[in-house]
Amino acid sequence: MIDEIFLSQLKQSVDLFLPETILVATFIIALIFDLIYKNSRYLIAVISIIGLVFSGIFLVNQSTSSAAIFSGMLSFDPFGNFFKILILLTTIIIVLMSVFSKELYEGGRKTGEYYILIVGMTFGMFLLAVANNLIIVYLAIETMSISSYILAGYTKEIKRASEASLKYVIFGAVSSGMMIYGISLIYGLTGSLTFDAINSAMISSDISGLTLLIAGLMIIAGIGYKISAVPFHFWTPDVYEGAPITITAYLSVASKAAGFAVLIRFLKVSFFDSTNYANDEIWTLIGTIDWQIVIAILSVLTMTLGNLVALWQTNMKRLLAYSSIAHAGYILMGVVVMTDIGVTSVLIYFFVYMIMNLGAFLVVMIIANKTGNEDIQKYNGIGHKAPFVSACMVIFLISLTGLPPTAGFIGKWAVFTAVLKSEYIWLAVVGVLNSVVSLYYYVKIFRNMYIRNFEDDSEIYEFSPGTYILLIILAVPTLIFGIYFTPLLDWAESSVKIFLGV
Amino acid sequence: MLIDVPQEYYLILSAMMFVIGSVGVLTRRNAIIIFMSIEIMLNSVNLTFVSFAAFMGDTAGQIFVFFVMAVAAAEAAVGLAIVLALFRNKKTIYVDEVSLMKW
Repeated sequence: MIDEIFLSQLKQSVDLFLPETILVATFIIALIFDLIYKNSRYLIAVISIIGLVFSGIFLVNQSTSSAAIFSGMLSFDPFGNFFKILILLTTIIIVLMSVFSKELYEGGRKTGEYYILIVGMTFGMFLLAVANNLIIVYLAIETMSISSYILAGYTKEIKRASEASLKYVIFGAVSSGMMIYGISLIYGLTGSLTFDAINSAMISSDISGLTLLIAGLMIIAGIGYKISAVPFHFWTPDVYEGAPITITAYLSVASKAAGFAVLIRFLKVSFFDSTNYANDEIWTLIGTIDWQIVIAILSVLTMTLGNLVALWQTNMKRLLAYSSIAHAGYILMGVVVMTDIGVTSVLIYFFVYMIMNLGAFLVVMIIANKTGNEDIQKYNGIGHKAPFVSACMVIFLISLTGLPPTAGFIGKWAVFTAVLKSEYIWLAVVGVLNSVVSLYYYVKIFRNMYIRNFEDDSEIYEFSPGTYILLIILAVPTLIFGIYFTPLLDWAESSVKIFLGV
Repeated sequence: MLIDVPQEYYLILSAMMFVIGSVGVLTRRNAIIIFMSIEIMLNSVNLTFVSFAAFMGDTAGQIFVFFVMAVAAAEAAVGLAIVLALFRNKKTIYVDEVSLMKW
């Protein structure tokens, strides 16, 4: 017998799932078109963009809805929606960047699958942002990882790329193995895989102790691998250096965003006392294990190591890889405080980080298109050869350092405010010291661009108009959000609502 | 039959398999053997899930095992393809000889 209520719930679920359905449809249509038009250069990119934009329209429409769908497997809420919009914007910019990438199209390489896999990876990240069940978390992480293993080695005749891809797949498989071992222990402890059921089991039977600690640490290891937090970061520099620049940029923003989304949702829904929810802004922990300290240690290690090792890098991609590790550390500070203000600051920082980091990678790609590699020595005199591009790079780098009047300052300001409000003074001090260290290696880049001597052939680099448009699209918001950030703040504040189950 | 064996035995066996797999990943140099060790890790997880599911009378754990097996197959397929691509480039599958990029 078919249940009426079940049917209406299913209909609601399918309606809300429309953006993801469009992505899957785009995936299949692009696959078919790739089979028919084998030699088209940009067709698949165009199809992907159209699908992504459509998916985005429906995504924006459902930004206020909040519901558990597919029998509590996924929970759609403003929080997940924020991350999905962020991931979608990143994907669109990456697809546009890829169209101009010389490295990718070199030697008449077929790029149909490249765009198709990016769409598939987006689907995995969408699921991860709204997952409310550990099965979905695992499947979504694997959907996104398996696509990204292939993308990291897409330029397969380049030795560095295939090496990067091998390292990525080995580290990725091990960390996901560790994560599901942790999941299996949680399942044994609580008898459930849904986030809210885990929460109620932990409240009713007071589970704590060593097994929970091990299980939690293993799950944090799996997610920490995705966000490249420090003890689990070993793959990051090598993969970022070896992979095509567009994929490096994509991994450093989108897959990190999805990892943070699932980390915050898992902590908030499973590990926090929902019965004792008197004060809506501060979350109370269940049990005796202090997860705040665990994440605080991760955060400090992540930003310190990221910044210190970045100091002596000579390859731009590798330098930005360590810089992205450091930024993951700053963002983790917002998670440590475990308040709604903290989550707001994470959202703000992520949006800002997306714009400035993609911008920096775009400049690296544009210059690598001309010079052939990403060596920092090649940046000598770029300021005279390509004045506009260099000016944009300066904006992005100042923003990455976190100085006003750029968007990066707003992100840092939000995170440090949240940390200081919760009286984690020592954490804020470490964060500020790290920002000072980061200034050195960012300044080193524009010292090379403007001041260092260069071979005096004084040629002027010409770039295609499309790359200029992309640069402006990224550079203007970096400046505007540094001065007028109210819309971003409002959007982030309205997006902290995490659906906590029925 | 199943219940005759105490659950601890299943859990100890799977923990041992997990450790064997992890040690294999850390110590072996051949990429194929590393992938085999990863499979051992995943299978230890499957054993944990199945034993918990059987002893709790819950099906979610067994469903998870199906997904783990399917994903492990996909991961192995991609992993072996990547090893193949690497072998074409560098004529080796020993991971310690794959070291173009360091620090």
